[in-house]
Parts: sequence; C-alpha cells; structure tokens
Amino acid sequence: MNIIVCIKRVPQTAEADVKIAESKKDIVKERLTFDMNESDSYALEEAILLKEKYGGSVTVISLGYPDTEDTLRIALAKGGDLAIRIKAEELGEIDGYKTAKILSSVIKGLNYDLILTGCMATDDGYSMVGQTLAESLGITHATLVTKLEVVDKKLQVYRELEGGLLEHLELSLPALVTIQTGINTPRFASLIAIRRAAGKEIKTIGKSELPSDFDTNTTLEELYLPPVGKRAEILTGSADEVATKIAGIIKEKGLL
Amino acid sequence: MAEIFTLVEHRQGTIRDITFELLTLGRRIAQSLNTKCTAILLTDDAEKFINQIKTQADRIIVMENGLFKDFNAEVYQIALAEIFKKESPFLVIIGHTAMGMDLGPALATNLNIPFSTDCLDVQVVDNKLRVIRSMYDGKLNAKILLKDNPSYLITYRSGSIPVEMASLNAEVVKMETPISAQPEYRRFIEYIEAAVGAVDITKADVIVSVGRGIKDKANLPIIEDFAKAIGGVIGCTRPVVDAGWLPKEHQVGSSGKTVKPKLYIALGISGAFQHLMGMKNSDTIIAVNKDPNAPIFNEADYGIVEDLFKVVPVLKNKILELKQAKG
Ligand SMILES: Cc1cc2nc3c(=O)[nH]c(=O)nc-3n(C[C@H](O)[C@H](O)[C@H](O)COP(=O)(O)OP(=O)(O)OC[C@H]3O[C@@H](n4cnc5c(N)ncnc54)[C@H](O)[C@@H]3O)c2cc1C
Ligand SMILES: Nc1ncnc2c1ncn2[C@@H]1O[C@H](COP(=O)(O)O)[C@@H](O)[C@H]1O
Repeated sequence: MNIIVCIKRVPQTAEADVKIAESKKDIVKERLTFDMNESDSYALEEAILLKEKYGGSVTVISLGYPDTEDTLRIALAKGGDLAIRIKAEELGEIDGYKTAKILSSVIKGLNYDLILTGCMATDDGYSMVGQTLAESLGITHATLVTKLEVVDKKLQVYRELEGGLLEHLELSLPALVTIQTGINTPRFASLIAIRRAAGKEIKTIGKSELPSDFDTNTTLEELYLPPVGKRAEILTGSADEVATKIAGIIKEKGLL
Repeated sequence: MAEIFTLVEHRQGTIRDITFELLTLGRRIAQSLNTKCTAILLTDDAEKFINQIKTQADRIIVMENGLFKDFNAEVYQIALAEIFKKESPFLVIIGHTAMGMDLGPALATNLNIPFSTDCLDVQVVDNKLRVIRSMYDGKLNAKILLKDNPSYLITYRSGSIPVEMASLNAEVVKMETPISAQPEYRRFIEYIEAAVGAVDITKADVIVSVGRGIKDKANLPIIEDFAKAIGGVIGCTRPVVDAGWLPKEHQVGSSGKTVKPKLYIALGISGAFQHLMGMKNSDTIIAVNKDPNAPIFNEADYGIVEDLFKVVPVLKNKILELKQAKG
C-alpha cells in the first residue's frame, strides 16, 4: 500500500501572544514556535502503522517555506520514505483552495493507493484542503476519521460525528481520508533516526516545475481582534485573595 | 436576484438544530437582497420534514428517496449538483458540522465555485461576498473576500446566530433524484453509538474540567482532590482524551458531551469553539488560564489569569474551610 501524507507546518498559537503584522494580513511570526499540525501527526502515524502492517511506502508532502523541511525530516525520522516540499516562497498568496489545487497537480503524478491528511490545520482552521484535493484528483474521501481498517482492498472507515456518534463507511481505493486526533498514539522519533534523517534528501518542487499557474479563491483583507463578547470579570490579587473571592462566589450561588 | 439556498441537516430521523440557524441566516441575507430563501431537503420522509420547516423558508426544494435516509457525501453531492445546475442560486449555505465539512468543500470544487468554510458572518455588498472567519485558535478574526462569481458556497459555524422563527408558507418544489443507488466507491454502512462510560457528566451540577494546561496525567490527582472537595465530576477537552489521560465519556464539546451544569470550572482550557459548544450554556463559568488572551475568557463569567497549579490547591482549601464552617 502506497500512502501519501499531507503535512502542514503551523505556528503554535494556543498559548502564545498572537500579534497582527503591520500589513494586517498576517501575524507576527518571529517569536512563535512552529511544529507539525496536530492532526497531521496522527495522519502520519496512521500511515506508518499501515505500512508496517501491509508494506508499501509513505511519502510526505508539504507546501511550505524552507523551514518546513525540518518538519518533513521529523516525518522521515518517524518512518516516512520520501519527502517532497513545494516551495511556498515562489507561489505568492496562498489559500486553502490554491493549496489543494497545487498539491493535486503534484500528487497526480505519484503512485498512491491512499492519501491521508489532517482534519484541520490549527492556523487557518479551514477543514477543507483534504476534501478539495480528493475532488480535484477525482477520488472519494471521508473526513474526521478516528478508526480505519483495510479489508479485502476496501477501506472500512469510522467518522466521528457530533456527540461522539460514529459513522461507518466503506470506501474503495484509491481514497483520501482526513484524520481526526486521537485515532492512535503518535510515536516520537528516536535520536538516531533524527540524525539519520538529517542527511536524507528532500525533493523540492518550484513554480517552474508546476503544470500551470494557480489562483486563490479568496483574499484575506484584514485580521483583527475578535469583538469581546461577554468578557469575564477578571479576578485579581494573590492566589489566596482570588481563591477567597471564587469560594465566595461559589458559596453565594448555593453550590457548597 | 438569484436565491439563497440553505441545506437541511438531519440525522437518525431528526432535523438538527443547525438547520434553523442556517434558515435564520438565509432569510436575513435573502431579505437584504430582495430574493428568496430556499431550503434544500434531501430526505427519505418528505412529509415529516416539510411540516417542520414549512414556515421557515420561502421555498423548499425536495428530493425524496430512501438513499437520503443516512448521509452519504457522494450521494448528496450528485443530488445538490443537479439542483444547483437547474437553479443557479447566489449562495449555498451548509452547516460547518461533521456533515457539512464532509460535503461542502468537495461540492464547491465539483461546481467550480468560490467557497469558504466555518464562517461566523456573511456580508454581501454589490454582489460581492465577504465572510468573517476565526483563525489561530480563536485568537484572531479574518475578513475574507471571495473571488467575484455568480454563485458561492459557504459552511457556517453553529452557534453564530440566534435562531428566529418565521411564519412563512413555503412553496414546495419536488425534484427527481438523479441517482438510484449508493456509489460503489463510498457506501454508508451504519451508525455506532458512543460507548456508555462509567460516569454521566451531563447529570452533574458541578463540573471541574481540565485541558491540555494540566500538562501531564500525573497531575490529575490534584484536580481529583479539588473536584472531590467541591463535590463535582471531572470533565475535559479533546486533547486530554486523545492523550489517554481520561476516558472519552469525560470529554465536553462538539464531538463529546454537551453539558449545562450550575457551575463549570475550566482549568487550563483555551476555549476552542468545539469545546465552547459543549459547555457555554452552563449557569456559571469560571476559567483559570495563564494566557490573558485565551478565548475562554470571552465565554466565562469569572476569570483568573494565573497558573492553575497555584490556584487550585488554595481554592480547594478555601472550599473545605467554608464547608466545615457550614457543617
Ligand atoms: C471536528 C472537531 C471536533 C472537536 N471536538 C472537540 C470537543 O468535543 N471538545 C474539545 O474540547 N475539543 C474538541 N476539538 C479540539 C479543539 O479544536 C481544540 O483543539 C481543543 O479544545 C483544545 O483543547 P485545550 O484547551 O485543552 O488545549 P489548548 O488549546 O492547547 O489550550 C491549553 C490551554 O492551557 C493553558 N495553560 C497551559 N498551562 C497552564 C497552567 N499551568 N495554568 C493555567 N493555564 C495553562 C494555555 O494558556 C492554553 O490556553 C475538536 C476539533 C475538531 C476539528
Ligand atoms: N500547505 C500544506 N501542505 C501540505 N498539506 C496541507 C497544507 N495545508 C493543509 N494541508 C493538509 O490539509 C489538512 C487540512 O488543512 P485545512 O484545510 O487548512 O484545515 C491539514 O491537516 C494537512 O494535512
């Protein structure tokens, strides 16, 4: 089974101070750390598990800037066989649609049975690149998958819906599946493997090697701070003081 | 002016709440553009569902077929593409739900129309479509202009618009289903209910809920002690379940439980909308997070910007003191 995994390198913003750049069209990236998108690391693990079971190869592909190669090397260290970086620095403004179309133009020429992506990139939160890629390649897809089995060349996939309800589907290969977090336990790359991967070549593809120009579907006009809704009353003071206030509130509500 | 289409979402024989949010939005946009809001209903039981939405749209386009009983994105795509080609709507609105996520992007790609996912708001000016979306873990909003086109498609975030009920009398238009069987390459097999766990957190008055901020499973006893002191049960975010720190039945949010306790204490939880959807209707929400910009503070009633490990033990002792004084 030959598997392609689409990986995005994203800024880790959950705990960071996210500042808007002067252009208002991007964030200030300087002091942020970057890592493999969370659901992509589950997708990668799932691909490696399938390879270990059925043989074949795992190719990891990313549209990203040069430092994306660090992330791709980690993927190689974990068990990926081949890594491809499409050079974002040559491709101008990019949105989810253009990403999917570019990925599709490159993946079209590869030999694959299954494509895995994450279910959502945590930076843009689109949840669309996988499905758009599948449709562009003319293959079927399923999103938000938390369990996957191969039986007689068919995929049994389980999508996780609202409330944790599972939807069991059967897909024919080739197919694209977007992986939801929690499907497995992503492994850590060993130090030896990381060292070995440091020397591996990463294939790069530039604008001139793509079959055509690609357009975006959308233009980001402006980033801004979300309007504060019912902003919480922030309690301040020493740990002892805030704890006293909170305990008072809880008591007042009759909850003790 | 071409119409505004909203897709009716149903599962296991029930229309889902998002449908009425989409119809509220659809009517609002249709009114401002002086056009019609049309509900698209793909169902195995037209009469039952038409009755429930007849007052909420100007028109209902319905395809009735056993194939639509259980959602299959490929079947829906073929049916919706047929309706779209006959009707050329200005805007198709689908919920940003497990169903809409599976369907929307591929459908828009198939129809070759500009689209945007997970929209919080929609503005139409001079036939141009602008949407507002949330980015970077809910820390920023983005204003996005879609490429000029006669038709657009969006998926819309649930909980973004208060539902209003209309009193219309929709014209019902029936259309033939353009497909007679599930395609061989994607077949729906069955639904599997979430396993029932040892605790039912939806019944609790007090929930002490933990997120990735607790850092390690080894820190759980601190939280358990606190929950015991205050008489609450433990809830958590999805990453806590993903990491195997707590069983799934503790998970609060869109893909977990929806809870409405008297008191919800969020510890080290950032406040992603998928989590908020499961707890924002709690009576009182108290959040402890060391990041002053965490979105959870926009939903909470009281906030403490501090390391949870500094606050929780002290708070536990205060609660015990108060309880003793009372007893
Ligand atoms: C389709 C779909 C469905 C989903 N369903 C759900 C769902 O049902 N429920 C759910 O919860 N999520 C769900 N998610 C995931 C969701 O998008 C978020 O990733 C998740 O809610 C984040 O969890 P978190 O707040 O624990 O982690 P993070 O976002 O990483 O936040 C951790 C927080 O802890 C704070 N923190 C760190 N250390 C400390 C400390 N010592 N003291 C105080 N604060 C600290 C940080 O400032 C940060 O705000 C879903 C996602 C998708 C795509
Ligand atoms: N630039 C990219 N390069 C490779 N894969 C990507 C890229 N952007 C998104 N993806 C894949 O598509 C998934 C969904 O992303 P999104 O639609 O942006 O939420 C991600 O989890 C990745 O697997």
